[in-house]
Amino acid sequence: MINELISMDGYGSYVWSAFFFTLLSFTFLYFVIKLQLTKEQIRFVSKFGSLTKEKARVARSQNINKEILSNTSKI
Amino acid sequence: MYKYFSINKIFSITSKAPKYILFIFIIVLSIGLTEALYLSPEDYKQSHSVRIMYVHVPSAWISLGIFSIIAFLSFGSFIFKNRNFSIISKSLAPSGFAFNIVALVTGSIWGKPTWGTWWAWDARITSMLILALFYGMYILAWRVYEDKEQVIKITSIIAIVGAINIPIIKFSVDWWNTLHQTASVNVLSNTSIHTSMLIPLGIMTAAFALFALLIFLMKYNTELIKIKNKGLDRL
Repeated sequence: MINELISMDGYGSYVWSAFFFTLLSFTFLYFVIKLQLTKEQIRFVSKFGSLTKEKARVARSQNINKEILSNTSKI
Repeated sequence: MYKYFSINKIFSITSKAPKYILFIFIIVLSIGLTEALYLSPEDYKQSHSVRIMYVHVPSAWISLGIFSIIAFLSFGSFIFKNRNFSIISKSLAPSGFAFNIVALVTGSIWGKPTWGTWWAWDARITSMLILALFYGMYILAWRVYEDKEQVIKITSIIAIVGAINIPIIKFSVDWWNTLHQTASVNVLSNTSIHTSMLIPLGIMTAAFALFALLIFLMKYNTELIKIKNKGLDRL
């Protein structure tokens, strides 16, 4: 049964390579985008850390900044 | 009402959504793959090679759909100067381009056992290649141009001009005598594909749409954080 599934009457190499290429592209794209996101989050945290007390207070008053910081706490 | 569309509100949703979407995507994809590779029947003419349809067709549909949205939003951003439209368009492009490449490559793999060739310069395949070039130009323009106003203008023009290609792709198989078959799934008229193949096709389309949404949200969050990073510099 496994052999049948792999060979698919001689079409296996075409079918499996099409599915493999698709899933490989998905995995590659996911990790590239994830890397870009993580890089920006790390940059945000390091910039935030270098702010003076007063500037950090102003920045923290924006909800979106608080949200980014809470999400990046897991990095 | 307007507060629900504020950038803070949007980000609080888009930053949490990806992990749930990834979870649902993995479940739907697993069901789709089982249906596509094992449970669905083989075709009486194409035998098992028909299974390539389950990755080729959804990829082509989604890449076309994403470019249509990009063109629509670019038109909106060009006319109304809405910054969020251009951020959404920019975030949609990577997944659209990836699906376009997947459609071209899997189509080429499918072409070999079906037509006896990896590539043919017929209307449908060539117009899909042109779409990939427009995607490439669109993504490249965002990387090359620094000036915000200029890049929005240039990318909008690329998307609007590229939109002319969308109906050409759709109707190419009806307008010209092509190697590519005509549409089997029609929303407005009869669908010539059997339910046993239509169900896995639908599940795989849903899985691919979820993946496109996942990539879009992650890219959109990246763009918003990038803007906020610039905001911190200005403090």
